[in-house]
Amino acid sequence: MNKTFNNKAWWMVLPVFLVVAFNALVPLMTVVNYSVQETFGNNEFFWSGTIWFQQLLDNDQIRASLGRQIAFTAVVLAIQVPLGLAIALCMPRKGPWVSVCLVLMALPLLVPWNVVGSMWNIMALPDIGLLGKTINALGIHYNYTRDPVAAWFTVILMDVWHWTSLVVLLCYAGLVSIPDAYYQAAKIDGARPWAVFRYIQLPKLKHVLTIAILLRFMDSFMIYTEVIVLTGGGPGSATKFLSIDLVQKALGGFDLGPAAAFSIVYFLIILLTSWLFYTLMMRNEAN
Amino acid sequence: MAKITIDNLRHSYLPEPKRDEDFALKRVHLDWADGGAYALLGPSGCGKTTLLNLISGLLHPTEGRILFDGRDVSNETPEHRNIAQVFQFPVIYDTMTVYDNLAFPLRNRKVDEAEIRKRVTAIAEMLELTATLSKRASGLTADGKQKISLGRGLVRSDVNVIMFDEPLTVIDPHLKWQLRSKLKELQHRIRRTMIYVTHDQTEALTFADQVVVMNNGEVVQTGTPIELFEKPKHIFVGHFIGSPGMNVMPCEVKGGKAFVNGHAVAADNAASSDGSSRLELGVRPEFVTFADKGLPVDVVKVSDIGRYRVVDTRLGGNSVKLIVPEGGAIPEGKAHLAFDKAHTQIYSDGWLVGEAR
Amino acid sequence: MSKRSLVPIVYIIFLMLPIYWLVNMSFKTTNEIINRFSLYPHEFTLASYRTIFTDPSWYGAYINSITYVALNTVLSVALALPAAYAFSRYRFLGDKHLFFWLLSNRMAPPAVFVLPFIQLYSSVGLFDTHIAVAFAHMLFNIPLAVWILEGFMSGVPKELDETAYVDGYSFPKFFVKIFIPTISAGIGVAAFFCFMFSWVEMLLAKNLTSVAAKPIVAAMTKTSSASGYELGLLAAAGVLTLIPGAIVVYFVRNYIAKGFALGRV
Repeated sequence: MNKTFNNKAWWMVLPVFLVVAFNALVPLMTVVNYSVQETFGNNEFFWSGTIWFQQLLDNDQIRASLGRQIAFTAVVLAIQVPLGLAIALCMPRKGPWVSVCLVLMALPLLVPWNVVGSMWNIMALPDIGLLGKTINALGIHYNYTRDPVAAWFTVILMDVWHWTSLVVLLCYAGLVSIPDAYYQAAKIDGARPWAVFRYIQLPKLKHVLTIAILLRFMDSFMIYTEVIVLTGGGPGSATKFLSIDLVQKALGGFDLGPAAAFSIVYFLIILLTSWLFYTLMMRNEAN
Repeated sequence: MAKITIDNLRHSYLPEPKRDEDFALKRVHLDWADGGAYALLGPSGCGKTTLLNLISGLLHPTEGRILFDGRDVSNETPEHRNIAQVFQFPVIYDTMTVYDNLAFPLRNRKVDEAEIRKRVTAIAEMLELTATLSKRASGLTADGKQKISLGRGLVRSDVNVIMFDEPLTVIDPHLKWQLRSKLKELQHRIRRTMIYVTHDQTEALTFADQVVVMNNGEVVQTGTPIELFEKPKHIFVGHFIGSPGMNVMPCEVKGGKAFVNGHAVAADNAASSDGSSRLELGVRPEFVTFADKGLPVDVVKVSDIGRYRVVDTRLGGNSVKLIVPEGGAIPEGKAHLAFDKAHTQIYSDGWLVGEAR
Repeated sequence: MSKRSLVPIVYIIFLMLPIYWLVNMSFKTTNEIINRFSLYPHEFTLASYRTIFTDPSWYGAYINSITYVALNTVLSVALALPAAYAFSRYRFLGDKHLFFWLLSNRMAPPAVFVLPFIQLYSSVGLFDTHIAVAFAHMLFNIPLAVWILEGFMSGVPKELDETAYVDGYSFPKFFVKIFIPTISAGIGVAAFFCFMFSWVEMLLAKNLTSVAAKPIVAAMTKTSSASGYELGLLAAAGVLTLIPGAIVVYFVRNYIAKGFALGRV
């Protein structure tokens, strides 16, 4: 589209800018403020420079949370993206069943996140939950409130249940937009199904796959509610991921400084990685 | 290469077609010889793409048969029919190089690499793609990509027929004629049966030896470009081919002579007409000239096309166009027209009188 | 049915299992829940549901949630419309940077904003109101709505606008009578995603409210102690939260593929 240059367009953008700025800039300024100050109570603050950031780098607890978070995100991406793609490939492209499938698959995405946690909480209870009882009946000792491995297994299974559909829907939309002529040409060229996937479908899905990976990375890195309701971060700190750690510190104690420094670094990590993905995506589109 | 026979083909996209309107193809019966260049010409929705997809095997016919060299292929997949198709927009494998794109159909058929190299280089040379062989296919322009699509059809030695579905749609106008000439040259050189579907008469008439004009799911006329131009069997052909199209005006036939608006006009087939049903007179603007006596008309408009001019005249309630070459005189106001008898025909209900349909 | 269609079917069964289990639990008595494991309620009861529909602290919570979600959706889309129009039709000073800055807010972890938001909204006297939650959610939803709407608007050629002006329409009249109907699918998709993200969020919704505007997501967590007598109630409350989502998905089912196709989730 040939866009005309007109600075008066700022009036149209102003309401949005004001609301988002109010919500984003003011709090962020507060956070930055706290991160470079120290208090001994009574609302008196002293400049403390980068001391909180330095402490952050040395803090074992936070390092552990970061490690857990990275592991969690890696596992979740490794499962959800290929799984979602595979499911999308198996879905019919046209027909009466398509909307039924799509609606049912979209349901987990609309469940309030605490209900997701509760659902799986109930499911996984060792004696009275469907999942818990079944696994124990198979002879595997399973109790997610006591055993860290069981807790991780349950948390990951819950996230796969919750978010894989997002990948499925994105990939499905991408697949459906490939014109029939490509499949026809492949038939005429005598290509086998694997060749069709490798040379036609996968290249054409690059854009949606990038978006899926970006979104899943971002959202899994910020995960809070589902995990807090399911395991509370436990057993112990087995499932204490970054957001949980941060909220504990921010709302729990009076350590505003460290919490603020933590917030800034956290935000920066996500921003940086997302910016990388975003540029990659834009460059792909330009090609 | 194969002789293609379309035997009483009817096709509908609906699961239970009942009336004629439910059929995209109402009845098609054609015979095409080996190695010829054919065009399917017609407006959008006339059924030509349907017919093409039936021939290539991408659709299964509702009724009728398709024969390659006498063999019934109606139930065979596109792979087994050994056809090649070039689509409206370039279909290439983006991640592969041009060489790999061309080699792809051969590799799928387990042809050995030395043979592949020979064929790919030969075809690339024919299509002037040799310089780009090691480049990624996605980097080529639209016409380059269409050449790759075409090339994938040509590399296979066992191809019975190559089909083109409006292949110049996305090509820049100034490259269209280049690609068109290339296709024609190729066709002459390798003598494979080629069927070219289009709604553009220029493309059809310049490419094909034989043109099949279709409208509304039926074949209206089959013939060489010259036959279609000089003796259109149906008013539709007269309208569709030629720019501007044929002049058509209502007429009467009395005693073996044709009359338009009460004036006598000499027509080629007036004698065969029995004067019944709706009669129309058709004559192309190329065969109308100004004369001292003849049909009285009012000159309304002159359009300058460059090498010639198109003059709009009115004969009573009818518009009659004629072509005047550069330098020719154009009277103003009132004038007289003469029609070339050999190219003036009477049509009854749209069809040429005196000819078998 | 080919072997391939087995995959989506198995997946959907997997998706339905926890939902089925939740429904199952919601109809059981506390006695049955603690004492036996059963695939369907042997002692069927509506007691949990009755509690929710009669106890104001429960049904009030649902009303609170719907209120701020609706508020948020309407406001986000309404504000995003002119902004998206500006991005799609004009270039202006700082437009690309503004766009990216807006998007970056979608990437902000709510955990970072919890404490600052509590302080911010308390200081303007909006703590524990529906407006607070609606506004707070706008941080994430407005960028999303702008992004989605801009995508749809870019598909409408500028010639439409120009024709309207030539025909004598004023800008507001053109926008409301001609433009909005043209992108109605886009508005539907944007509203759907705004609804979705606001409805499911808990961290901010819980911490910005206490009593007056307490949403269902907070009311439920008070019972997540997993002691037997609360489980049925918890399950029933959970089942009821599924309903608005299911209804909304049903209504936009035809646009799901299109919205995701734009790839702008």
